[in-house]
Amino acid sequence: MADTATLDRRNVVARLLADRDDLLVVAGLGAPAWDCTAAGDHPLTFPLWGGMGAAAMIGLGLARAQPGRRVLVITGDGEMLMGLGSLATIGVQAPGNLVVVVLDNERYGETGMQATATAHGVDLAATARACCFRHAAVVRTETELAAALGPIRTGSGPLLYQVKIRADKLALALPPREGAHLKNRFREALLGSRAFA
Amino acid sequence: MVAQMLEQIEDALSDWPALAHQVLKTLGVSQVAYVPDAGHRKLIELCQADPAMRAIPLTTEEEGVGLAAGAWLGGERAVLLMQSSGVGNCPNTLAMMKSCGFPFLTLVTMRGDWGEFNPWQLPMGQTTAATLELAGCAVYRAETPDAVAPALEAAGRLAFDAGAMAAVLIAQKLIGTKSFKD
Repeated sequence: MADTATLDRRNVVARLLADRDDLLVVAGLGAPAWDCTAAGDHPLTFPLWGGMGAAAMIGLGLARAQPGRRVLVITGDGEMLMGLGSLATIGVQAPGNLVVVVLDNERYGETGMQATATAHGVDLAATARACCFRHAAVVRTETELAAALGPIRTGSGPLLYQVKIRADKLALALPPREGAHLKNRFREALLGSRAFA
Repeated sequence: MVAQMLEQIEDALSDWPALAHQVLKTLGVSQVAYVPDAGHRKLIELCQADPAMRAIPLTTEEEGVGLAAGAWLGGERAVLLMQSSGVGNCPNTLAMMKSCGFPFLTLVTMRGDWGEFNPWQLPMGQTTAATLELAGCAVYRAETPDAVAPALEAAGRLAFDAGAMAAVLIAQKLIGTKSFKD
């Protein structure tokens, strides 16, 4: 099914993060973190180098702590599948400021492009809807992507967009690796002097 | 009169859920993630009823570890309430916490610990403390009701003041051993 996908992941993420204003971003490990870095490393992006399956829950904790800010989790299909239960947890909490975008190439891209469950028809958007998300949809085309950009920035959440992307292996664009640095720069940018009080 | 007062003091000290709830308030914990356990029932209810706290039920315990990371990024403090069996679900996410130096606080009710009747609880119950220690947590153990709140306060200071990972284990002896015969 990914063979029919046309959207380019770097282009999708660049558009998600263009004029990001005060957006808070959690990037799931692997290619989604590289995509976010390619769009421009930013202190208010928290890229993961581990903790597979945790991205959406980090987004929930952050969304609850910062109800006035928009929180965007950008992750992959394999990462989201590992934390599938968190869709139920988030749906029950119903944070209005949380959006999850799954970049779905139907592959485990870092390990040899093995098929994930979405390659066999598992529908993450339908799962999110069944888990009480306010809205969730599969995005396959430029038109659908353009229509989703508005709700991703301002729509009432929780929202999930499963964006079907080409299974390309692209040049690495690595964010800083040191976890304490990533955490501290995020908190300092968000909280100012309170970060180290 | 004195005996009655002493009894009241003893009762208050043995109401560990109420004291633990007060400690969490004092620590400024506002996100209380939990997978239910009978031993945590009263503390969960107190947190649910507290407008300064948000009680967040999880589908599996490691979700609460990720939540705690997100809460800290956003300037809030979280605690994870779970049973000892749930500790086994957490190590890879705890590794993320260690990599980043995130504070982490958990309060764990023990099974497979004291007079356990269910053999399936034993392997995890007998390795709960070691699992947490291997993952990088300081582990305090409360054997009596009056020991829970001081241990939680000390663990909370480790987490939120020293930026460490800390766990309080509540002994099965303290909670009462389940038998299914009652």
